[in-house]
Amino acid sequence: MTIISKLKKISDTVWEIPASYKEGMRVPARIYATEKLVMEMDEGVVDQVTNVATLPGIQKYALCMPDGHWGYGFPIGGVAAMDEQSGVISPGGIGFDVNCGMRLVLTSLTYDEVKEHIKKLVDRLSQRVPAGVGSSGSIKLSHDEFRTLVEKGARWCVQNGFGWEEDLERTEEFGQMSGADASKISQKAVERGYKQIGTLGSGNHYLEIQVTRRENIFDAELAEAFGLSIPDQVVIMFHCGSRGFGHQVATDYLQLFLKVMETKYGIRVLDRELACAPFLSPEGQDYFAAMKCAINMSFANRQVILHRIREVFSEVFRRDPADLGLRQVYDVAHNTAKLETHTIDGRQKRLLVHRKGATRAFAPGAEGLPALYRKSGQPVIIGGSMETGSYLLAGVGSGDQTFFSTAHGSGRTMSRRQAKRMFRGKTLQQDMEHRGIYVRTASWSGLAEEAGAAYKNIDEVVQATEEAGISKRVARFVPVGNVKG
Amino acid sequence: MPFVFLDEIATADVAFEAWGETIEEMFISSAEATMNVMVADLEKIERREKREIEIGSDAIDMLLFNLLQEIIFFKDAEQLLLRIEDANIVYENGLYFVRATGWGEQISPERHQLIVDVKAVTLHRFKVEHTPRGWETLIILDI
Repeated sequence: MTIISKLKKISDTVWEIPASYKEGMRVPARIYATEKLVMEMDEGVVDQVTNVATLPGIQKYALCMPDGHWGYGFPIGGVAAMDEQSGVISPGGIGFDVNCGMRLVLTSLTYDEVKEHIKKLVDRLSQRVPAGVGSSGSIKLSHDEFRTLVEKGARWCVQNGFGWEEDLERTEEFGQMSGADASKISQKAVERGYKQIGTLGSGNHYLEIQVTRRENIFDAELAEAFGLSIPDQVVIMFHCGSRGFGHQVATDYLQLFLKVMETKYGIRVLDRELACAPFLSPEGQDYFAAMKCAINMSFANRQVILHRIREVFSEVFRRDPADLGLRQVYDVAHNTAKLETHTIDGRQKRLLVHRKGATRAFAPGAEGLPALYRKSGQPVIIGGSMETGSYLLAGVGSGDQTFFSTAHGSGRTMSRRQAKRMFRGKTLQQDMEHRGIYVRTASWSGLAEEAGAAYKNIDEVVQATEEAGISKRVARFVPVGNVKG
Repeated sequence: MPFVFLDEIATADVAFEAWGETIEEMFISSAEATMNVMVADLEKIERREKREIEIGSDAIDMLLFNLLQEIIFFKDAEQLLLRIEDANIVYENGLYFVRATGWGEQISPERHQLIVDVKAVTLHRFKVEHTPRGWETLIILDI
């Protein structure tokens, strides 16, 4: 059954559910999508985005991005901005995989130069970047060292030889979210995460070698500003998060919030996964400080993976990583809550913006962007399915309508089990190899679950973000090699 | 198998229903379902290491939530795949306690057909019910 009958069309890409739809809604909900994408959205999206609209302190609208689908608590693709003073913070609005995110890395190599090395690169990358269920990495840290790392994020990595200083300015929050406090994380969280630095995880996590062809450059000036300057340029894109550490931080505070939400703060929610606490309460502030540690763990995780990529390319091409142009374009976070200043009805306000399966997309000139992207706007990295392609977008001025947020990926349309019934991992791998995409996977059935047909059309999703004016297309990439988690 | 995976709920994650004649059986079924999301053939997990788990909670559903979290914890913290073989639940002084025994072994990507990692147990639509047939639960795991 389609959800379209419940929506009021505001424009070709904006659909509204009025606050009268459900008791307790404080603001209307808005879904950003083309009609085609709306038709593919499941019932869960409407139910969940309208639940979000009931949360205390929510401003303007509960939002869902074009890749939105049924999640838990918030829908995936959910965005909600809460007033700093009167609003709440909710782990269900961030997700268990805190700061699951994407990194995009340039090379100065063309596809012709890389073609014959693809298998070797993918094989070595899969050895050096452990993936799959419960995988652990090669960096040995004590619990105390790990506690330091989660306060310092990617900066810890650069200080310890895993990366370059310039990587930090090319990362959201400059790789280190300030205010992270390791005294707010549990010992259990430390034990789950301290061996997992530099690991990919599983599910929809991956590391991909991609190519951008000339016909796939949509904005030459922005492409140049982001470092895409040669024909058939090879890039590396990867997607992973804060691993068991972030999952445990979210789980710990979800349980704490359940205990105090009603009894201490008198807040009732429509889904227990939306358990929350007033942002300025002791519990809310503790979670904020702990969640920042998880954000930092994820930045550190991706920083170490970047270092491994440089090592592998350097070994295979017998050239220095700098000489190979292995520079990071940017690192974006998907699952976060951040304090930002936005304009609400003409007035500047401090808001806690929850983005769950959504990407921040700051416009040109925004504070928080490094000097090198002040003019262009924020690079936004959109990972498609492993078969189809991915995008680089840029933030735009009209993104203020979504608190400068946009899509994060293509978004699933098919459940994992349906995908497994329709595809076999091994056959899929062979098919993809015929089409010029070499895949190494930690799991055959895990591979089948990630088949391209299980996802929405990525082109349609990014087109919707451009038409809606929440981000603009810069370049499209096609995969040629994939390490699947 | 006293559990079934559900296709139509939570697109990117995994939902299942599990049941048992007694509450302990339902807890064990839920633990098996959770492990089965990560490992295709549970019989491939050998009984090499044992862990005694003891957890308390003021609510029966959160007791189950915590037991499943514990299995996920061992998978990350010790790279240990555990199957819960027996469980005993008591109610004392306003709290529920579960004492459970888990048997299993270290993750071996070569021997275990690993599928996907379970990140967490979610509370979305989570329910534990006593029905005329026994005990039932609906759980969505974050993948």
